[in-house]
Amino acid sequence: MNIVENFDLFAPRLINHQELFSPGHRACSGCAEVLAVRLMCKALGENTVIASATGCMEIVSSMFPTTAWRVPWIHVAFENAAAVASGVEAGLKALRRKGRIDDRYVKVVGMAGDGGTMDIGFQALSGAMERGHDMIYVCFDNEAYMNTGIQRSSGTPMGASTTTAPAGKVSIGQKTWKKNMPEIMVAHNIPYVATVCPSFPLDFVRKLQKARSIEGPSYIHCFSVCPTGWRSPSHSAISMGRLAVETGVFPLFEVENGHYSMSPDMPRKLRPIRDYFKPQGRFRHLTDEDIDLIQHKVDTEFQKLVEKTKYLKTGNE
Amino acid sequence: MHKRVGLEVTVAVAEAVALCRIDMAGVYPITPQSHIAEHLSNLVADGVLDAEFVTVESEHSAMSAVIGASSAGARAYTATASQGLLLMNELLPIASAMRLPITMAIANRAVSGPLNILNDHSDIMPQRDTGWITVFAENGQESVDLSIQAFKIAEHPDVMLPVCVNIDGFQLTHMVEPVELPTQEEVDAFLPPFVPHATLHPSRPVTMGAFSMSDYFTEIMKAKDEAIKNSKKVILDVWKEWEEKFGRSYKPVESYRADDADVVLLTMGSMGETAGLAIDDLRARGIKAGLVKLRLWRPFPFAELKAAIKNTKKLIVTDRAVSFGGPGGPVFSEIKSALFAEASRPAAYNYIIGLGGRDVTVSDFANMVETVMADAGNKKADTYEFWGVRE
Repeated sequence: MNIVENFDLFAPRLINHQELFSPGHRACSGCAEVLAVRLMCKALGENTVIASATGCMEIVSSMFPTTAWRVPWIHVAFENAAAVASGVEAGLKALRRKGRIDDRYVKVVGMAGDGGTMDIGFQALSGAMERGHDMIYVCFDNEAYMNTGIQRSSGTPMGASTTTAPAGKVSIGQKTWKKNMPEIMVAHNIPYVATVCPSFPLDFVRKLQKARSIEGPSYIHCFSVCPTGWRSPSHSAISMGRLAVETGVFPLFEVENGHYSMSPDMPRKLRPIRDYFKPQGRFRHLTDEDIDLIQHKVDTEFQKLVEKTKYLKTGNE
Repeated sequence: MHKRVGLEVTVAVAEAVALCRIDMAGVYPITPQSHIAEHLSNLVADGVLDAEFVTVESEHSAMSAVIGASSAGARAYTATASQGLLLMNELLPIASAMRLPITMAIANRAVSGPLNILNDHSDIMPQRDTGWITVFAENGQESVDLSIQAFKIAEHPDVMLPVCVNIDGFQLTHMVEPVELPTQEEVDAFLPPFVPHATLHPSRPVTMGAFSMSDYFTEIMKAKDEAIKNSKKVILDVWKEWEEKFGRSYKPVESYRADDADVVLLTMGSMGETAGLAIDDLRARGIKAGLVKLRLWRPFPFAELKAAIKNTKKLIVTDRAVSFGGPGGPVFSEIKSALFAEASRPAAYNYIIGLGGRDVTVSDFANMVETVMADAGNKKADTYEFWGVRE
């Protein structure tokens, strides 16, 4: 079933027509994360097994006795999606080698939110990546613990107001810079690291398909706009994602065997972060000075990334 | 007749697990479990065992990885102890609720603090209500036999529950004992390949570990309770088959000279052998003492326990863990509740012994019996005492 009108006319052959993540799930209206999950399933196809952490995507998709998943899917706990995925991968590998399951290539995927990846699931992820399992790990980063009610995580950006780091008379909200998870994964020397955003669906699908084609661990960091948690209009999720990319707040890039490249979707000149901050309630309290400080950090981080794409010549060969 | 060979018990257990042709092991090192993991890794490295050996970064990930592998349809194994088991705790009820036939060895060790690497049962006791079938080994041969039986019990279609085999740390794990290992052909004939009900494979997509609210949660808990209660029949069948094939008998509750005993000692795990020597010693002196050994902890063998102690006047329950501020050690409170509705029941005494590797000798057990016999009016019954504690 095509849920996009004239889908075949606009996107022939570019995107898998199968809906492996079905409609009828319970995500909030305007959720960009669930769109990203749907795109991920399209990109990876039916020969995929997914291990999900506890979180929004688990809760909205698997209310017993219903399920939105048309690919094999497992949820165990919050902090262990990567460890469960590594076990699934090891189990399938052994069974395939011994001829006990049919001889087809199946990609195993671990998925979690920013809390399940950067905070509580950090150790399990680092272990799974270091061990070199043939798996993709996707972090759906909506920049706070949205499922439990918008509490801060180490993925929450500086200055954002959350329910555990609220803006107040003597606080700007989040007082720390966002943890740079893609760089931490690059430091694991895994074959492939990429950032994606469902506002750029073709870039998204291309990177997921590349990750699928690579033997060994890959890490995908997905920027997932959360209108509910960001206090932004629910119809604006796609445009908010575009603004995050176009302001350099969330640059789209990939690192293949240590070689950095910027996505073709990145603009030559970045827009000011004010354009991205303005529609979001979580940044509404920030002063011009606060925004200038964050702008400086965004510029610096982006410049570092540009330099890696331009001047860093030595990869993992 | 098999050759009896002298093997460290951990090595014998790893050999037994390899004979079960596991597909995957996920392990993290912890004393005194490590030799099981090390020997399994040797067997994989030498090509004797064709399995994925996943050296995870924590026990939490060890249990997570075996849950993943088992969900994929693999025969999955892990082993741990003490803090490692406590770190796994979150996942144990999930493994049983997902009806995954994982098996695990626990090299029982005291729980911190203070840190202590030696044996007691304070690691397994907090796992009592996680829905795992739980058995205790008394010696090296039992450790081997129970490890093989565990797969057959766990994977039986009427059970589909995880099983843990408790092997006392150091006292048992690090002993070199005479052990008979069955041959590969015998194990293959005893243990058929694992046929899972559903697996994580795209040939038939399923959703596992779904989320449930109050509308279904109670029914799922009831199903798990029924499953573990029903496992008793399978456990007894498996033990009967084992006796027929290998000549060694296993019962949920073992009795030793207890039928006509006035005083009965109750132990779990490796201390049964020491206590047995004390019984012989007491009997030689004309004291009618007996021993009851609890092998099956979950599902709890109510009928067998009641039958084993029906004639005794005084029962001494030994506990290897403490329920702080509770009704006595965890085994004691279990036995007491099992006997609560009985018209006549023995006076029940509770000694907490062998904590953190504290030695319990033959004469300690004999002294317990004599102390209880001397308590004429049963004044100390229904209380608990730390045996040999310095105050």
